[in-house]
Amino acid sequence: MAVAAIRVEGLTKRFGDVAALDGIDFEVPAGSVFGLLGPNGAGKTTAVRVLATILRPDGGRAEVMGYDVVRQATAVRFQIGLAGQSAAVDANLTGAENLRLIGSLAQMRRSEIAPRAKELLARFDLTHAADRPVRTYSGGMRRRLDVAAALVARPPVLFLDEPTTGLDIQSRTELWAVIRELVAEGATVLLTTQYLEEADRLADRIAVVDHGRIVANDTSTALKAQLAGTVIEIGMETEERAGRAHELLVRAVADHPQHDGVMVRLTSNEGPSALIETLRLLDANSLTPATLTVREPSLDDAFLALTGRRAEGGDGETGGDPSDDGEAGEAAAEPPVESRSARRAA
Amino acid sequence: MSATTVLPAEVYAPGLFERLRSWWGDVWVMTRRNLIHISREPMQLSDVTIQPVLFTLLFIYVFGSAMVLAGGGSYKAFALAGLLVMNLTTSSVGTAIGLSTDLATGVINRLRTLPMSPTSILVGRTISDLLAAALCSTIVAATGLAVGWRPTTGLAEVLAGFGVALLFSFALSWMNACLGMAVSGAESAQGIVFIVIFPLAFVSNVFVPTQGMPSWLATIANWNPVSAVASACRVLFGNPNPSGTIQAWPMQHPVAAAVIWSLALLAVAVPLAGRLYVRRTRD
Repeated sequence: MAVAAIRVEGLTKRFGDVAALDGIDFEVPAGSVFGLLGPNGAGKTTAVRVLATILRPDGGRAEVMGYDVVRQATAVRFQIGLAGQSAAVDANLTGAENLRLIGSLAQMRRSEIAPRAKELLARFDLTHAADRPVRTYSGGMRRRLDVAAALVARPPVLFLDEPTTGLDIQSRTELWAVIRELVAEGATVLLTTQYLEEADRLADRIAVVDHGRIVANDTSTALKAQLAGTVIEIGMETEERAGRAHELLVRAVADHPQHDGVMVRLTSNEGPSALIETLRLLDANSLTPATLTVREPSLDDAFLALTGRRAEGGDGETGGDPSDDGEAGEAAAEPPVESRSARRAA
Repeated sequence: MSATTVLPAEVYAPGLFERLRSWWGDVWVMTRRNLIHISREPMQLSDVTIQPVLFTLLFIYVFGSAMVLAGGGSYKAFALAGLLVMNLTTSSVGTAIGLSTDLATGVINRLRTLPMSPTSILVGRTISDLLAAALCSTIVAATGLAVGWRPTTGLAEVLAGFGVALLFSFALSWMNACLGMAVSGAESAQGIVFIVIFPLAFVSNVFVPTQGMPSWLATIANWNPVSAVASACRVLFGNPNPSGTIQAWPMQHPVAAAVIWSLALLAVAVPLAGRLYVRRTRD
């Protein structure tokens, strides 16, 4: 059993009436990647902020490398680096100035700061922009600098708070490669993300967070296995026809079909027979599908099942009040990604 | 300011001298960072560079042309100390704007994950603004000298005059830090601060002697710290100071009053700013 780099017990945090964290527990073994996966407002960012000592929890305990985040905040700060939507780089400073500022304030020895900044700029392919103010950077460059900023003092524990939200596919893939390298070097990473693919690719374990609670905590393989079965997705020509198809299927086929726009989706443990039954029923009612997809369940499906959005018939990722995280000001500063298209792209 | 976190001895237990040195190191890093900001956006500095020149010329030539000082002396000689204090008072708003801008972006959040002294964010801000204020004073003095203002005392007194003005400006910076953190964004910081700053700057003896004001207003103006600082500068520069004949304690002892006002403001604003900072960054 590896030593826990991060230990969280019964952590709670309220913002007004909203329980951003409603008693969460998890442990992250040293040297592993732990993914916190959930929709906007699920409480992921709140959890990271508590662990990064910038938010005081209302109850429960959290430790990083054995130090309590409230009582031993300064000791924790020597162990951590934070990147992503909770932190920011200084737009009026150059890339090099940003990294040197952080090196100084992280109490690094003066002689080490400039070489470390240079090394990180090179590693993140920013040497050419080292002496330009960050406000002239592209989104991808800014994010790379942001991750570099978290690494300046070589902290053993990294918090990456939605590091790729809003990035295009190429920049995202580049960042993923960097994160994998960090882990290969022995860092412990806590990653929050709305992207299932990201969690799937990077995390050793994934905790699915919803309304401030952890609804599942397992490996991605195990999470997908929890949802054994076949997914059938039927696209109709109009929403009205999709609605009629949904009604028919609710009555005739089990497994809670879900209706979303022109799509009707159902998951069944008896895929083939459910498919035959579905098509027979639709055909008998002159509801010929426009599109038809039959596939194995993705982590996406597992996520929808776990967060219960399926029962509500809503979209899994747009659910959740954006004010849930209580930090609306900063969360809103980042243009929210239209989640459905992002999920398709992923 | 928040109580320092108690740490286990094996983690980090520096002595007092070491702690002070590292605190000052953090303050200086933050100060330099703010100065770099200013150099990247020189227009930010217009209130301490262009505005003082404009105001000095406008007031001396526009108002000065119609002013006859009771007690004698030229308006030019009278007005310069007032312009110095007025410019320092209005430019102290920069602290509120700078701080609320920092708080609105995630920059402060990253700094708060670092093992730095949290107070250095506030102290660095007020020190960089003090340096900007020193620049502002130099520009006002240079403009004044160019149009014929002359101090009539020795170098030590003149420097003491600027020292008193800058001490007051530093205290105002801390007051503005409080205002900047008490409101939500940089824009509202600007708005609210002007509601406070303009009356403060103008209900005073900065531009006109208070003798001509309605008596209730004159009483306010005579006890206004801005009047004490302007009078202190006039006395130390050896310029005409019509307020010297007023029977209010601050007008009789302007230098002492200016220093006491400034220290009192610091005594209130520094701890309050620390508390507001903690409140503002806690959730």
